[in-house]
Amino acid sequence: MFMFEKAVVGSRRYWTWIGALFAITFAGFLFYLREHEVGLGITGLSRDVVWGLYIAQFVFLVGVAASAVMVLMPYYLHDWKAFGKIVILGEFLAISAVTMAGLSILANLGQPMRVLNVILYPSPKSLIFWDLVVLIGYLLLNALITLVALSAERKDVAPPGWITPVILLSIPWAVSIHTVTAFLFSGLPGRSFWLTGLLAPRFLASAFASGPALLILLTLAIRRLTSFDPGREPIQKLSLIVTYTMVINVFFAMVEAFTVFYSQIPEHMAHYEFLFVGLEGHAPLAGWMWTSMILAVISLVLLITPRYRNNEKILAVACVMVFLSLWIDKGLGVIVGGFVPSPLGHVTSYVPTLPEIAITLAIWAVGFLMITVFCKIALTVREELAGSWLMQ
Amino acid sequence: MRDRGIIVGGLILFLGLITFPVWYNVTAGSTAKGPEPKRPEQEKTCVAPVGYMRTSHMDLLMDWRDEVVRRHNRKFTAYDGKSYTIGLTQTCMKCHTSKADFCDRCHNYAGVAPTCWDCHIDPKLVQRSTG
Amino acid sequence: MSMDRRRFLGVAGLSALAIAAQSSLAALARGRQGAGAAEAPAATRWAMVIDPKQCLKDEGCTDCMAACDKAHNVPHFPESAHEVKWIWKEHFDKAFPEQGSLYTAEAFRDRPILVLCNHCDNPPCVRVCPTKATWKREDGVVMMDWHRCIGCKYCIVSCPYGSRSFNFFDPRPRIKELSPDFPTRTIGVVEKCNFCEERLAKGQRPACVEACREKALVFGNLYDPASEVRELLRTRYTIRRKPELGTNPEIYYLV
Repeated sequence: MFMFEKAVVGSRRYWTWIGALFAITFAGFLFYLREHEVGLGITGLSRDVVWGLYIAQFVFLVGVAASAVMVLMPYYLHDWKAFGKIVILGEFLAISAVTMAGLSILANLGQPMRVLNVILYPSPKSLIFWDLVVLIGYLLLNALITLVALSAERKDVAPPGWITPVILLSIPWAVSIHTVTAFLFSGLPGRSFWLTGLLAPRFLASAFASGPALLILLTLAIRRLTSFDPGREPIQKLSLIVTYTMVINVFFAMVEAFTVFYSQIPEHMAHYEFLFVGLEGHAPLAGWMWTSMILAVISLVLLITPRYRNNEKILAVACVMVFLSLWIDKGLGVIVGGFVPSPLGHVTSYVPTLPEIAITLAIWAVGFLMITVFCKIALTVREELAGSWLMQ
Repeated sequence: MRDRGIIVGGLILFLGLITFPVWYNVTAGSTAKGPEPKRPEQEKTCVAPVGYMRTSHMDLLMDWRDEVVRRHNRKFTAYDGKSYTIGLTQTCMKCHTSKADFCDRCHNYAGVAPTCWDCHIDPKLVQRSTG
Repeated sequence: MSMDRRRFLGVAGLSALAIAAQSSLAALARGRQGAGAAEAPAATRWAMVIDPKQCLKDEGCTDCMAACDKAHNVPHFPESAHEVKWIWKEHFDKAFPEQGSLYTAEAFRDRPILVLCNHCDNPPCVRVCPTKATWKREDGVVMMDWHRCIGCKYCIVSCPYGSRSFNFFDPRPRIKELSPDFPTRTIGVVEKCNFCEERLAKGQRPACVEACREKALVFGNLYDPASEVRELLRTRYTIRRKPELGTNPEIYYLV
């Protein structure tokens, strides 16, 4: 069933990797049990900063999930054959990222056992309801597409025709998941940091840069570790996508900064001050935010210069920088920055605690575990096909 | 058929294990005993017939909960026409004074752990802590 | 200038769009009025008027807060990160950040102002709740169902007044004196002022209003022209917290 038998046969290196991921997951799970028992008080969250690392990870991961569209769209809509071999990797990334996003939400709930209340008492006025709908839909769409594509590949036949409209539907759907996630924040009176129509476009731009950057790194890693080689072309095309989206992302950030600082509305400027220089002596994120800015600038230089971009070693470095820069910006800054100062002007510092970090790492471990297993299955299928040892 | 010993032995072990709860209760002598909740001595009628309360008190409590919290109504007219103020601690516990002797006995017997008492306060608990 | 077919179609299409937009806007405007009109028949709309001058007569007084804490089993966490607050004192420039000019507010600057849930007419917390665990009653009380809250904290994020608190730990051991008539909360749910709806149901005024010796808190029915709150609103100038956000707070402050 689902070809899972291919994931339980592997080399020593494969099993060591799997074992390590399981260990991290287990450790995080123990911390989660404690959070469940004692309460969210063991995290760094507080009365004023009620959402932190968990929700920030959620937002970032929804972006990664949505970014699969950057491979799907060129391949299916524009017939970029170069992406034929890696389109399935994009799907794997999407499925794993949505799962991780869901786990992050669960970790943030005070009463996780009651989570089904969202479905039992649906509230269409709440963006959380819509977020749940689009995320579950996206997960199902991608699971279906991947399963159908992979089964067809194993049987060495073309995928059935009915899957094409499903694939086409998944393209706007990907945009919707990140738009709704941005709407969670951008429609709240009294939260001036997020109260901007540019939030959703910014989220999308940063997602479409960080996701493909991760995909490039994933592809390079797979090429190194396995016999699977998608070739140079898809990586080059992806690098172009990362370049454009990263430029747009930085542009959006600057546009936002202009409005905030030229208008000189204190309430709007305060959040930026907290993030970059600190307020009332609290500057927990200043170092991070400057790092993110510097990484963004250097990565842009590397990406825009064709000589560097075309060199895969330098490209890999640039992709790591893009990913880290956007992870800091979105996985820490955009969410925490909106909470400090509070609507009443209180400045409360936020630093994630050990349990919180351990649980977050466990969520990432689950994601990597999923990607590893999925890739193992897909690559084994391909190796078997390449060995012309066809299954019946 | 050299495996016969292993197969039969395994089957006996398996049957023994899955019927363990039965043996455990037989040896502890607890199978024949019911939960025996302590019923109020003065009051003879409840807000619904005993049979209904025994099987469905949780549904009634859920209804009461929604009536007060969500529908802004604190009056309940019982099957016999009597009127009650809706309230777990204020009405139910007026007659069923002891959570330990009434609620807990059945709940422990049935192995259920309702979350009512996470928030609602057992009046006895307050008396003990203040008196 | 002659009009070719394509251009005609273009103009026609645009006009149709404009008409459609206009009529839908009109419908929206009507819808808003309609909603207001539908609520009007409710006989009661609870509101409160706070007189800071009266309140400040004794700056150290905590009678109203103590009465509320006792009535509702409000827990006390010493660390400010995990505080649970129903009615509390906030510095004037925090409660009214937009009034914080250097000289105009000298009388109040740095002095404590009582704040509580505003029981907004258009509450953002109700809009964002994914389980309808918080909603606005017909009489204006913004209620919470602690049985249903999943602890997502979205309502806290959406509240512009910091009026909602989360139970980061089990609150019960942190309650000084348990009142058996009112439940405590469980770990992981949000709580806030309920305008003493359990007392309103018995025809009593909120505990804080009754506890105040200086009569600094006035509570009443906004829909009753003869009520004390309406009398104050008619004769005195009042302000509300962050009215520009369109939440329509129903707690008024006398100036």
